Amino acid sequence: MRSTRRRTRLFAILAVLALTATACGNGDTNEPDDATDADAATEETEATDADDTEATDDETADASDVTIGLALSTLQNPFFVTLRDGAQAAADEAGATLSVSDAQDDAQQQADDIQDFITQAVDVILINPVDSAAIVPSIEAANEAGIPVFTVDRGADGGEVVTHIASDNVLGGRLAAEYLFEQVGGEGTVAQLEGVPGASATNDRGQGFQEALDGATGIELASSQTANFNREEGYNVAQNLFQATSDLAGIFAQNDEMALGAVEAAEEAGLTDLVIVGFDATDDALAAIADGRMAGTVAQQPALMGELGVDLAVDFLVEGQELTPIVPVEVAVVTTANVDDFLPES
Amino acid sequence: MAEPEDRTPGAEPDGRFDRARLKEQLAGAGPLVGLALLVVVLSILSPAFLSVNNVVNIFQQISVLAILALGATAVIITGGIDLSVGSVLALAGISTAWLANEAGLPFALAVVLGLLVGGTAGLVNGILITKGKLPPFIATLAMLSMARGLTLVISDGRPISGFPDGFRLLVNFRLFGIVPLSVLLVLALFVAGSAYLRLRPSGRALYAIGGSHEVARLSGLRVEREKIKTYTAAGFLAGAGGLLLAARLNSAQPNAGQGIELDVIAAVVIGGASLAGGAGTVAGTLTGALIIGVLRNGLNLLDVSSFWQQVVIGAVIAAAVMADTLRRRADD
Repeated sequence: MRSTRRRTRLFAILAVLALTATACGNGDTNEPDDATDADAATEETEATDADDTEATDDETADASDVTIGLALSTLQNPFFVTLRDGAQAAADEAGATLSVSDAQDDAQQQADDIQDFITQAVDVILINPVDSAAIVPSIEAANEAGIPVFTVDRGADGGEVVTHIASDNVLGGRLAAEYLFEQVGGEGTVAQLEGVPGASATNDRGQGFQEALDGATGIELASSQTANFNREEGYNVAQNLFQATSDLAGIFAQNDEMALGAVEAAEEAGLTDLVIVGFDATDDALAAIADGRMAGTVAQQPALMGELGVDLAVDFLVEGQELTPIVPVEVAVVTTANVDDFLPES
Repeated sequence: MAEPEDRTPGAEPDGRFDRARLKEQLAGAGPLVGLALLVVVLSILSPAFLSVNNVVNIFQQISVLAILALGATAVIITGGIDLSVGSVLALAGISTAWLANEAGLPFALAVVLGLLVGGTAGLVNGILITKGKLPPFIATLAMLSMARGLTLVISDGRPISGFPDGFRLLVNFRLFGIVPLSVLLVLALFVAGSAYLRLRPSGRALYAIGGSHEVARLSGLRVEREKIKTYTAAGFLAGAGGLLLAARLNSAQPNAGQGIELDVIAAVVIGGASLAGGAGTVAGTLTGALIIGVLRNGLNLLDVSSFWQQVVIGAVIAAAVMADTLRRRADD
């Protein structure tokens, strides 16, 4: 009897743990900066694209005195390795010193890393938080020590942050839409598959799509429906869209999962000419583009993100440049023509 | 499904049973009226709705939900609940894909093993509930977490894609060029499930167990054994759903079926089953799944905003179950 009761209690604890785990798991789907988006985009060039950093070429003597601390969430993920490489290249070019820490996705470790940076009295700290909430005390400690803080990719819930540098989902939505419109020949009926209603990635990518749509003349939007960033729902909703609109020329899906679902549905329905553009540049999507089954997707550019972080930090310190609270990082459209540059090396 | 030795004396129909059966048959009609109403309204609003193609699409779109709901009907009739079906679906799909594509097993063998994985998860649920004395809600909640976790471990969080054409025939082959094999499979499973629950003594025993465990036990039914069988069957069916989904997408997804348990429970309850146990029919569940599928499809065709879709779906679920409950109370 006693042991039964104890067992029940143990399982009650397990159940609570399970609930917590589920809750966390669900949260991930909504996050635009989620690491799963990341492993594909390893474009390392494009320095010229960074319009926001006009003053980067000033080889001021002061830049060589600058020490930058870069606190990364993890170097297990290729996305952040590429980000670090971009930051290192920018620091080398500016003559600044870059010190990198890897928290291995452990918020406690990251707090220690930042404490070390403060002890070393670095001039500026770029933080890619493991956890947006847990990082706040560390940022406040840096604020107290008078060290300016920038956040990269993932934002912080509090503390004083000079600016947040992250991929531009609005731009991505617009570029994807413009590419889609161009691929369907500038005129025709298109549809959009939306992400989880209310998620920031859904709103931003949808806003970009709408901007492009407003600027296009021959394009008509037949339908815009959610498929919750999910491949199966993408398949079902695409199938329904085909029924509702017989002359559909193209689909913009706000992530690659939904786009790949639409690809399967289109192939099953024999719609070989349908142009489908996704977002995120996942491995599956890149493979589908290379096979010619999907028209394109949008890739984040982690190298550019790292480079921009360092350049802005130097400008801020040396020239006292004013920065907006959020600095968007350019994203790149992946097409059948350039997909080879994005495919993971195997 | 059941072996002859499962014939248990206590499940022979008596007067009380006949009355319960009659009520169940009546309960099957309520949701059907709702479905018919929905179909009429949507056909008027959207010209594309009532085409052959679209009707086939709807059946195809609910096939995974329906297979899961079939197992859940039996579970709910016994007075239990199975929250783990979505995770077990993903685990079975990923297991098969991994065994075939990464471990290099013959695909047919991988499919069988995937189904076994689903059945095993169900078996564990059943044992936790009967021998471990856990409430079904807790046992299957724990399985929900464990199966999803294992899925992520096996897949490393990534989809596993690309299956042989033979497997994809499940969705690509169409009888008379119209009805997909997957839909036929679902219909066959429903006919078998319905026959089992109505005709087999061990199937009818589930109603007695759901009505009252104690009475069922005292009248000689092997309650624990029937329950374990029920959860195992639900696990198998979840596995089958996972394989069907993988065939459809040509990809096994680690996050497949997340949250589908709520749709499953909704389908069963809309279909006239009682969460208190003892009532429910397979035909009602199919109707319930169709109501959900028709609604989603119709709202897509009408291009209703995704925000409003959630409101409408919630309202229809509430209305369907409420109408059913009120009608039943009037019957009594």
